[in-house]
Amino acid sequence: MMRTVSVAETAPSTYAWAVHAEKLQVRAGRHLAVDQLDLRLGTGVHGLLGPNGAGKTTLMRALATVLKPAGGRLALLGGEVTGNADLRQVRRGLGYLPQHFGFYPRFTVREFVEYIAWLKEMPKAVIPGAVQRAVERVGLTERADSRMKTLSGGMLRRAGIAQAIVNDPAVLLLDEPTVGLDPEQRLDFRELLREIGLDSCVLVSTHLVEDVAVACSDVVLISEGRLVWQGTTGQLTEQGGAGDAGDSAAERGYSSVLRAYRERVSA
Amino acid sequence: MTTHPTPTLISQYASGAAGVDDTTIWAVEAHLETCAACRAVLTDAVDPGTRDLLDRVADGIATGIATGPPPVPRRRLLRTGVAARVLPWLVTATGLMLAAVLFEWTFNSLPSLVLLIAPVAPLLPVAAVWSRRLDPAWELTATMPRTGLPLLMRRTLAVLSTVIPVLAVAGWVTGHSPGLWLLPALGFTAGALALGTVVGVDRAALALTVVWSTGVVVPSLADGRLPTVLSGGSLPGWALATVALTAVVLVRAWRRPHEPHQNLLHR
Repeated sequence: MMRTVSVAETAPSTYAWAVHAEKLQVRAGRHLAVDQLDLRLGTGVHGLLGPNGAGKTTLMRALATVLKPAGGRLALLGGEVTGNADLRQVRRGLGYLPQHFGFYPRFTVREFVEYIAWLKEMPKAVIPGAVQRAVERVGLTERADSRMKTLSGGMLRRAGIAQAIVNDPAVLLLDEPTVGLDPEQRLDFRELLREIGLDSCVLVSTHLVEDVAVACSDVVLISEGRLVWQGTTGQLTEQGGAGDAGDSAAERGYSSVLRAYRERVSA
Repeated sequence: MTTHPTPTLISQYASGAAGVDDTTIWAVEAHLETCAACRAVLTDAVDPGTRDLLDRVADGIATGIATGPPPVPRRRLLRTGVAARVLPWLVTATGLMLAAVLFEWTFNSLPSLVLLIAPVAPLLPVAAVWSRRLDPAWELTATMPRTGLPLLMRRTLAVLSTVIPVLAVAGWVTGHSPGLWLLPALGFTAGALALGTVVGVDRAALALTVVWSTGVVVPSLADGRLPTVLSGGSLPGWALATVALTAVVLVRAWRRPHEPHQNLLHR
């Protein structure tokens, strides 16, 4: 029997940007970690770069609706997230891998991803298939029925990615997804990112410029909670000159953009 | 869907003959999906080579299903998710009740410790099911469409279904009227949820426990007799309070079901 395509799936989207932030302010504790940030993200793989303490994780948490914005406007998938909005519809379209991925150690990978799929209000009938597909996509098929406490760091990271993609999210937020992955897994992961980025908005937070240079189509650079620079990966590499610090063109571009921003701020 | 396509049209569809426009092809295809009789006509219309190929594919799939691993049975009990994490707190609550029973047997002259502790016994595990410190996946839970009061109420019901039998046994061996231990326990649980929607469930549970201990348990132990609130005459009051508080929780859950639950967001 063929799957019936629902009206909601074929309906044209009613928003211009999957992620749209205007003068966004988010607090981390008392500190205003994201301040006056304007950001627009559409379909594609976006790399979120920035020095330590730039507000990357706080921004990711606000986009994942863990933190409520302290000010400004934030719309995800056309739905307002600020104020007392009903987040249920927006959250169904989200996938999120937190920086500190907490899990239930006694669950198997399959049970965990299944539980998350249930929490994401996926229809009962599609859950087993979607779970299997997510586990296969991250290359954990062999370990799908092992308990999570027996997994290595890299495997846990991949299990975290599996739970994030299980509902085919329209906005996928990955906070430091490549930590603990070996070089070969990194290549597979980049391939997976490109595939998902074809029809959804993927935001990958990382401090590894090389990851962004290879896997992402666009770069968002933030510092001290503000947007410093946004453009394509190609444009970032063009920014770097021979005198800038860094081993690759992208790294030189990164340090050049950041240096220019710091000069502008201190001036 | 009442008009069947002619056999000629079906054979043209099967052979991919030119001269049939796309719209007709789509119409035939849509009809074939729902009409077994026309599919039978289609089977005869395709050439023997294709039929042979289809048979081989069907055989391959059938053997694959027969020899492959069987579907993994789903373990529904684990759906409650945090069950394993809450176990120590359930054990603590049980131990507390056991100690109260032993105490009551040993010291006949003192007021019933079972009745004094029963109201706050469920609060410990109830606070544990919705706590940022005890739920390793709290950050994920906080971003889920299903999070909020309904999920908390589900978990609370699971806790009550474990704690109430313990209370029942303790009440039975010490020979107290069921209303005197059941109604206060239910009332306090509903109170913790109702207050928890404002200040967070763990704080609410702690506050109620402190108020009950200092206001009732300590004075009655000092006096050497049970307070009037735990006598048969106050049962209607407990029943009324339980119903009212449950109504508050239900109304809140119904009006704002998917509010990010405060307790998961504040430290």
